[in-house]
Amino acid sequence: MKNTDDKLILGGHEFTSRFILGSGKFSLDLVKACIEKAGTQIITLALRRANEGGLANILDYIPDNITLLPNTSGARNAEEAVRIARLSREVGCGDFVKIEVIHDSKYLLPDNYETIKATEILAKEGFVVMPYMYPDLNAARDLVNAGAACIMPLGSPIGSNKGLCTKEFIQILIDEIDLPIIVDAGIGRPSQACEAMEMGASAVMANTAIATAGDVPAMAEAFKKAIEAGRSAYLSGLGRTLDKGASASSPLTGFLQD
Amino acid sequence: MITINGKSIELSENITVSEYLKQNQYRPERIAIELNGSILPKSSYDSTLLKDGDVMEIVSFVGGG
Repeated sequence: MKNTDDKLILGGHEFTSRFILGSGKFSLDLVKACIEKAGTQIITLALRRANEGGLANILDYIPDNITLLPNTSGARNAEEAVRIARLSREVGCGDFVKIEVIHDSKYLLPDNYETIKATEILAKEGFVVMPYMYPDLNAARDLVNAGAACIMPLGSPIGSNKGLCTKEFIQILIDEIDLPIIVDAGIGRPSQACEAMEMGASAVMANTAIATAGDVPAMAEAFKKAIEAGRSAYLSGLGRTLDKGASASSPLTGFLQD
Repeated sequence: MITINGKSIELSENITVSEYLKQNQYRPERIAIELNGSILPKSSYDSTLLKDGDVMEIVSFVGGG
């Protein structure tokens, strides 16, 4: 398959990049460089009370051709998520929304039940709903029925950089759910992003791994390459694994001592 | 007295939402407003007068994951 034919489709919109970039914890002047180095086409944002005084806004640093993906961070239930999503759309950034419902301040784990309720309401209102969830097959099926555009299971707790702690359960979603599976949260290294893509994830979202790196734009580029490598590996079909023993790569005939 | 972003504010005269935003240097193209629990469309900023007891939220985007 040619790379140009390999599209990520979300709510009828086509993307060639499979790297969704979070914009939290960045200094604003690094945002543009990171978007370029990441080759990303989707960037997440949060909605908060605005400051008076005509200060610089993060939208000033994001090129027009980038799809904005507001999250509903701060929402503790479906009702609050719906309120934040509607206000986000009113800013004038399109119809995408990443549902995030969290009322556990220690582990920041998402509430799948409230997330399903918010997804159902917002999908009916025409939003492209991208729900962040704990990887549970039953909840994922409910999200599909509720009208989600993709499923975004967590790899490990938000901001932990611990990688694919939920690997086996994400694999179940990839195998069973007929929507893009986008691994979100906890991905700390390019190798972990690559592994998620090798498994058949449709995309990876990362933020903290990049924002807390030594050289932030360079790490954005490292993730881009890892995600592309993982995607190519998945499309190629990984080579088999031996249960035991070895299999010579070089011919077993024509040795000099023969 | 009206409440804007959780703070009580005394307004000296009747002003519209547009005028309030301008006085306080908010950028209308970068914000959304909720007035008394309902979204106020941008097209209504010019015609909506702030009145005693109003609760207004002015929100915009920041970096987030």
